[in-house]
Amino acid sequence: MRGIHTFLVALLFAISNAYAGAQLPHTPQRVLGVVKSGTEFQSENTRKLQADDFSNPGSLWIERGEQLWSTVDGKAQKSCASCHGSAQAMKGVATRYPAFDKAQGRVLDLEARINSCRVNRQGASAFSAESDELLGMTAYVALQSRGMPLAVSIDGGAHPTFESGRSLYYQRIGQLNLACNQCHEQSWDRSLLNQPITQGHGNGYPAYRLDWQKMGSLQRRLRACFYGVRAELPPFGADELIALELFLAWRGEGLKIETPAVRR
Amino acid sequence: MNNFRLSVPPVAKRGELIAIRLIIQHPMETGFRLDASGRAYTKNVINGILCRYNGAEVMRMELSSGIAANPYLEFFTAATASGEIVIDWSDDAGEKGQARATIAVN
Repeated sequence: MRGIHTFLVALLFAISNAYAGAQLPHTPQRVLGVVKSGTEFQSENTRKLQADDFSNPGSLWIERGEQLWSTVDGKAQKSCASCHGSAQAMKGVATRYPAFDKAQGRVLDLEARINSCRVNRQGASAFSAESDELLGMTAYVALQSRGMPLAVSIDGGAHPTFESGRSLYYQRIGQLNLACNQCHEQSWDRSLLNQPITQGHGNGYPAYRLDWQKMGSLQRRLRACFYGVRAELPPFGADELIALELFLAWRGEGLKIETPAVRR
Repeated sequence: MNNFRLSVPPVAKRGELIAIRLIIQHPMETGFRLDASGRAYTKNVINGILCRYNGAEVMRMELSSGIAANPYLEFFTAATASGEIVIDWSDDAGEKGQARATIAVN
């Protein structure tokens, strides 16, 4: 009798757990408790540098992007402005990226989207990864959405990419055998050597990193983490990086875009 | 070399102290960094910046290794007369840059 009783309790428990799992979505707030932008972990001086549009060194790249916006290029003899008009038309766009592109059947981040426009619409060559042109243009487009909350879609075509990003995020990799979540979810309020560990959000990218002495993309930052755990670095534009970017954007849902952010 | 931003107040009162702000995109290669094969990257830093206000020198700076990339500087001068502020700079590779702004003083 007692055995049956225990069995029934265990069964009920299992059912209610399965039910709770199905009912409660795995939302960013549930993952982190509180979502904090990387800015909140920076020193006061770094935050000041970011807040002042003149002294923020990212402004140099923004200016480059602004020039490129209306520069005619490629076989089609078009500039971005020829199709899109004013750059203000890009307001809100960066909040939705990375996004699924139906025509190409894959998820594109903002850099890939811009290069796809260059190749398919302008008939020009793609900007190379981490070039001043690509960073400048990406930052200029993202700037139009500054202050707007991240809101990517993980449904439909984007879903498989999102899931692979999520599984990679929780996958231990590299000689140090570490997963992203071990630092950025379990230890984000602690420090590594003398530096605070952040939650690892991408809402400020492309960002100016004092460490790099230049602007850099989120993919470059992700590769730096791969390097940090002594894993093989995926090349720029790799599916893994795009998938992680999408997962990160979802995980930072509601965070305001800060491009061009300044980071240590 | 010639990507920069210059900020000078467009209007000022005579005798007022004005802030001149300049940020120049430059790698400021120190000469101490080594590439993958162990050779040092050639030193290339902005070595001199000269600011003239209506032709008269108001600020001169000598720079060397140890200053971060994309140097930002801010300095002050008295607004004496309407006219032009011209800043010239050059780097170790011999490249030169120039930034100009006009100011109205009343």
